[in-house]
Amino acid sequence: MRGFITPFSLKKSGILGMNSRNIEFISRYNDRKLYPLVDNKLQTKLLAQEHGINTPELLFVVRYQHDVYKLKEKLQNISSFAIKPACGSGGKGILVIRAKEGDNFVKASGAVIKLEDITRHVTNILAGLHSLSGDQDVAIVETLIEADSLFDEYSYQGVPDIRIIVFQGYPVMAMLRLSTKESDGKANLHQGAVGVGIDIKTGKAIHAVMQGEKILTHPDTKHTLDAIVIENWEELLLLASSCYEMSNLGYLGVDIVLDKNKGAMVLELNARPGLSIQVANSKGLLPRLREIEKISKKRKNFRERVDFVRNEALFSR
Amino acid sequence: MISNKSLYILTFSMMILGIFIAFMRYEQTHIPFLASEKKDVWMLEARVDFQAQENTPVNVSLSLPSDTVDYKLYFEQSVSAGYGFSMMQKDGLKRGEWSVRQAKGKQTLYYKAQIVQDFSDQASLEEAKPHLEVKDDILWNEAESIAAKEILALAYAKSSDDISFTRELIKILSAKHTSKEGSILLAKRNYIDVLNKLLDDSGIVHKVSLALELEDGRRKQSLTPVIEVLSKNEWILFDPNNRLQEENKNFFLWTRGGKSLIEITGGTNATVHFSMIKQNMPALELAKTHVDDSGFSLFSVHRLPIEEQSLFKLLLLLPIGALITVFMRLIIGVKTSGTFMPVLIAMAFLQTSLFLGMLNFVVLVGIGLILRSYLSSLNLLLVARIATIIVIVIFMVAFMTLIGYELGFNTGMSVAFFPIIILAWTIERMSILWEEEGPQEVLIQGSGSLFVAALAYLAMVNGYVAHLFFNFPELHLIVIALMILMGRYTGYRLLELRRFREFKSI
Repeated sequence: MRGFITPFSLKKSGILGMNSRNIEFISRYNDRKLYPLVDNKLQTKLLAQEHGINTPELLFVVRYQHDVYKLKEKLQNISSFAIKPACGSGGKGILVIRAKEGDNFVKASGAVIKLEDITRHVTNILAGLHSLSGDQDVAIVETLIEADSLFDEYSYQGVPDIRIIVFQGYPVMAMLRLSTKESDGKANLHQGAVGVGIDIKTGKAIHAVMQGEKILTHPDTKHTLDAIVIENWEELLLLASSCYEMSNLGYLGVDIVLDKNKGAMVLELNARPGLSIQVANSKGLLPRLREIEKISKKRKNFRERVDFVRNEALFSR
Repeated sequence: MISNKSLYILTFSMMILGIFIAFMRYEQTHIPFLASEKKDVWMLEARVDFQAQENTPVNVSLSLPSDTVDYKLYFEQSVSAGYGFSMMQKDGLKRGEWSVRQAKGKQTLYYKAQIVQDFSDQASLEEAKPHLEVKDDILWNEAESIAAKEILALAYAKSSDDISFTRELIKILSAKHTSKEGSILLAKRNYIDVLNKLLDDSGIVHKVSLALELEDGRRKQSLTPVIEVLSKNEWILFDPNNRLQEENKNFFLWTRGGKSLIEITGGTNATVHFSMIKQNMPALELAKTHVDDSGFSLFSVHRLPIEEQSLFKLLLLLPIGALITVFMRLIIGVKTSGTFMPVLIAMAFLQTSLFLGMLNFVVLVGIGLILRSYLSSLNLLLVARIATIIVIVIFMVAFMTLIGYELGFNTGMSVAFFPIIILAWTIERMSILWEEEGPQEVLIQGSGSLFVAALAYLAMVNGYVAHLFFNFPELHLIVIALMILMGRYTGYRLLELRRFREFKSI
């Protein structure tokens, strides 16, 4: 049938499917009791600080409804910040303020909102509107990341982030997510962001997709995407790999941002990373995952793991 | 994690167990597997009228039917105010006895029975007693005796066995221009008595029974005497008024062996009338009333009152909807909003009908989304906002009901069956989805939910499915087994074959 691929050729390409991911990787390698660590961004942040892993700076936490009225006072001296629900998923409920305009705030998109809009947003977060379970939540306010100038030409508004799948501590696949006009500054692929597959060995761009279609240039900035090379790639790999020891999750998605001043920082961890990274890389995850399963019995530290990936032929683009 | 092998063994044995129990239940209760099997059911009513004598205890004894070769008695009941009623066996015959200490004036007693044509079962033929009880209530005089002998000789000559002999005898006696011998015998006597006496004389094992001729919608009928002749361990029925013995009349034997139909003390002028209706009920309805003592009927839903049963009918359908949802999500990969919302929508469709249900759903959610967008500017806490949406949804339902009523449709009424809380949450979730992911995602998830709900509805509304899972609840073991198997399916989803179509080139 046109527009479809046979299961056999999909298998041959080594594509990991949703069911297989859920049963054979997530439920097998991710202990359920560890989920709160990654599902709650506040806990992740505190844990990362404990392990000396670089994360965006936490400004303050709004835990109770009566704290909402202190927002004005607390935000007085901060011009750019991001408000997130601690238990949000898929980038839901994240409000990014990049500047102040008198008493008003400027969103990443350029829209101007009032303090009341921010307090309403925080109130919604506290009531659990964006949380996975619908339970009460807390809002965390952190410093805004200033995107590395490397990405100036490749991003529309939002800050690009790099998703690295870490399997049993081995970084297996990476992609760069660039926000677009269509994605409203958000970096989620299904919302219209660009996914750029990154060679796990070198940090060079391999392939790029948007809305499931292959593209060569960024739709808004028109810059060719295959010219992207991420500097200090090894540093990113080591950072991602060390998140395994921190979280103990066997199948993990690590979201890393590159800050102009502070370098690579872990933005958040994901215990159920999506499958579209395979489309961005034009490569299936399964052969790599199976290879790691074969050798993972031997305990290695994160440096050895990164070295293994960088020298193993299977991980070539 | 349990290994695949033991998982397969577990699910396989669950399926086998389910099928086995269902089959055992079928063997025991004869509930058919397919709902469409229908059988003829006769509702019979015997009405006894009499004049009670004052200041005397009344006792009425009516001969009652039992299972016969062709018909099974499924249900019987007596309706008679103030009377004590009991059924008993007397000389191998069933009788119902009504009794009351005092009664005045005209009395009416009812006995109702439901009988079903049943050829499948080998009749519980009561041990045929191959002996003849000769009653000597008729004594031939000289002339009659000679005539009887002549007739018997004639019939004997023309026949080969008891059956054909009886047939010949009836032919001779009931002929319009009967023979000289026949008219001698019938001159002073009753036709049946004569026939009976002649069969006595010839030594044929037979009995005179009273039968009800079954004809749909007849009222004020009385019983017809018939002759039963024993042949090869089987009682053959003869209608003495049917010369040629064409097999066209439908007789139900009411009282067998010449016992009296009614005996009464303390009353006079007793009459018995019969009325009947034929119904074409699904065989299931019959099995329902046929409560036996086997373990299966003890654990059957049919033991519950009718009201509870209808609730269970709906509950036992839910797993089918859930199964379809599991299939559509795990194997096909359809996105739905809320894991099991489609099942709940489908349950609502069951009350409304598919098209109207969908229309109502889309309109309700659509209007809800518009109103919700206004609510978001009111800066409400989540709980209060959901509560507000609930009230709005109720108002919309009421409004649609009114419009439907004014326009002369029933459509609005059916909206009330939608789970209102679920609708409110759907509106809230969709509205958030709209704000964060855009209208496209709302459309995808909304239509996905509706699609799965429609499929679940079509499965649940199917008569066969409803019949099977209601009457054979053990089949849910198979449903669970299938769900477990799908829960361990690690292959690709159908829609992933599209999502990853770009890999074709590699």
